[in-house]
Amino acid sequence: MGDPGTKELLSLADLEAASGVRTGRKHVLSILVENKPGVLTRIAGLFARRGFNIDTLVVGPTDDDSLSRITLTVDGAMHPIDQVTKQLHKLVNVLKIRDLEPDEAVAREMALFKISADAAARGEIMQVVEIFRAKIIDVQRRTVIVEVTGTHDKVEAFERTVRPFGMVEMARTGEIALSRGRGET
Amino acid sequence: MRAVDAIMECLKAEGVDVVFGYPGGANLPTYDAMYDSGIRHILVRHEAGGGHAAEGYAKASGKVGVCFATSGPGATNIVTPLTDAMMDSVPLVFFTGQVRTDLLGTDGFQEADTFGITMPIVKHSFMIQHPTEIPRVVHEAFHIARTGRPGPVLIDMPTDLTRVEIDYQPVGDVRLPGYQPTTEGNQKQIRLAAKAMANARRPVLYAGGGVINANASSELTELALVDGLPVTCTLMGLGAFPAPHGQWLGMLGMHGTRTANYAMDEADLIVAVGARFDDRITGKLSEFAPRAKFIHIDIDPAEISKNVPAHIPIVGDARNILGRLVTEYRGLRPEPARLAEWWERIEQWRVQHPLRYEDSTDTEIKPQYLVQALFEATSGGECILATDIGQHQMWAAQYFHFDKPRRWIQSGGLGTMGFGLPAAMGAAVAQPDLLTVVLSGDGSIQMNMQELSTLATYGIPVKVVIMNNGYLGMVRQWQELFWDRRYSAVEMSEWPDFVKLAEAMGCHGVRLTDKTNLVDDLRAAFAVDGPVVVDARVTREESVYPMIAPGQAARNMVG
Repeated sequence: MGDPGTKELLSLADLEAASGVRTGRKHVLSILVENKPGVLTRIAGLFARRGFNIDTLVVGPTDDDSLSRITLTVDGAMHPIDQVTKQLHKLVNVLKIRDLEPDEAVAREMALFKISADAAARGEIMQVVEIFRAKIIDVQRRTVIVEVTGTHDKVEAFERTVRPFGMVEMARTGEIALSRGRGET
Repeated sequence: MRAVDAIMECLKAEGVDVVFGYPGGANLPTYDAMYDSGIRHILVRHEAGGGHAAEGYAKASGKVGVCFATSGPGATNIVTPLTDAMMDSVPLVFFTGQVRTDLLGTDGFQEADTFGITMPIVKHSFMIQHPTEIPRVVHEAFHIARTGRPGPVLIDMPTDLTRVEIDYQPVGDVRLPGYQPTTEGNQKQIRLAAKAMANARRPVLYAGGGVINANASSELTELALVDGLPVTCTLMGLGAFPAPHGQWLGMLGMHGTRTANYAMDEADLIVAVGARFDDRITGKLSEFAPRAKFIHIDIDPAEISKNVPAHIPIVGDARNILGRLVTEYRGLRPEPARLAEWWERIEQWRVQHPLRYEDSTDTEIKPQYLVQALFEATSGGECILATDIGQHQMWAAQYFHFDKPRRWIQSGGLGTMGFGLPAAMGAAVAQPDLLTVVLSGDGSIQMNMQELSTLATYGIPVKVVIMNNGYLGMVRQWQELFWDRRYSAVEMSEWPDFVKLAEAMGCHGVRLTDKTNLVDDLRAAFAVDGPVVVDARVTREESVYPMIAPGQAARNMVG
């Protein structure tokens, strides 16, 4: 591809290929941060600047009031993930980062699904809910709201299964995760 | 005392004796505290000038530069100096005023989200939440700015919080659990590096601005002298190694010497110290130094293997690492004779490809000649030389010689036109006993020329040399080389009359158009007390060579 300073014409295809979609493995990053103004913005901004898509992001308290845990999932080839974690480490309010290996960690997400459920369909929906060990948390005349907790794949599978009944709307969290074993994440 | 008075106490505790800045509504309390604080304040004519002056001060002194600006436009005007300092790792602390807390978020008069705007361009920033935290924050800011990889830190202060009476207690130590830069290099890696160097047949030492930031020039030189390693520096690294010198290859990169670039191309081992393999150095990355293994010494772990994979990375302070590397390397008694063939090859390039230009046969001043004359007129570079951005900067890098660190004041990474004059002002304030010259272009100088009045007001005797070709020369050169000479928006016209401008701004003005007595003419101009502006008219269309064309490999240099 030509340098931006030169006259050589750039084709749209070349440009798109160069900025191509990354298909590295999914990474779950667990980031321990100080509870200070602007921390989330700094982290989100860093990802945006380095050209990373954050798939999901969850922020919540930890057992220490002064700290929060940010769990985020990104899709990245190995090399740039390394670059991003190094850049993240440079943020003064970031205390610890772990790129959690799937076998060394447990990860869960939660979702709420509002599904069309007239009297006729309700029974079948309840069966599906049972199979997935989900919970019906609201019942109205024409809809139910189901709460599902589990791995990303389980939530996906549930969504696929209930979609045919008629999905009114849904809300999903991102994954939260902790490493297995005695050591701290 | 008021929180703002505490700020002054903190500044003094940090050893700050001079600051640059511009007052306004939101930092009135700060300026009130400054009034009888005993800290010297230089009132610039634009906040950007203040920011760059703080950079020049930091670069020339090695200390933290400090700049004050008010909220809103004052703060947005320092965005460029902040970015510049971030790119070139310059230790700065900037204080911005902010609207009072009850107005925050209401689009109040002169409100801007300074904290948000500057977030990607600072090493760290603080938004004051409570007046009692101010003293601690100031010390944390200085600590972060000067340690690790240096950089700019911003403190945004809502005006009401700064007026509060607080119980000020001097702050002892700074505790930042999330900030622990590695300074000590790993001994095993250092030993590994020494071995690789002793075994190398075609090694090159490649030093960048990090060596200067770490005050590691003498260690670098010592390392080079152990068995006669060839040395090249980036634009930012010039002065880290005493040039001219038998082992000096010249600057490398886009407008570096052929010798330096060819040596990198054929090297079997490149020892990078405080340099970051910028695109202006590597040219086409996939064809950069294809035969080389890399030792990469850097304080910032994120620079390791960012652009070029490092075989032996060593994270830490360059001075710490180089000092120990010298000991290890000496211990191995590397055989200088193994480099004989390499030096022969380098010598060939030197003979075949010296820096050269065709001098005028009449009285016209060639730009390269102007730089050479400047070197002579300053008794062989006995001065601080700042430049702006463009052709004049590259010619200065090529034809001026730098034998000491912190004498060459540059905006390298960001390439900020308008940097030179205020940065030279800051450098002159930091080193009042040294002659300070800024070489600028007729384009760059106009981007911050308001600071000429600051020079005159404070009697800061910066000598401003304008290499005037009536063009935005570097852009014109690229249009000539790569865009079929369609000179689009690069002609600068006759105006302003820089001599009259200088006089109007309280400086002495001189115009030089004849090369016959150029060295003496420059000397005479520099001998005038106070700030001087030299409008040196040079060849209009001259290009900087040699050059690695954009996207090309080093071995395909042209010109």
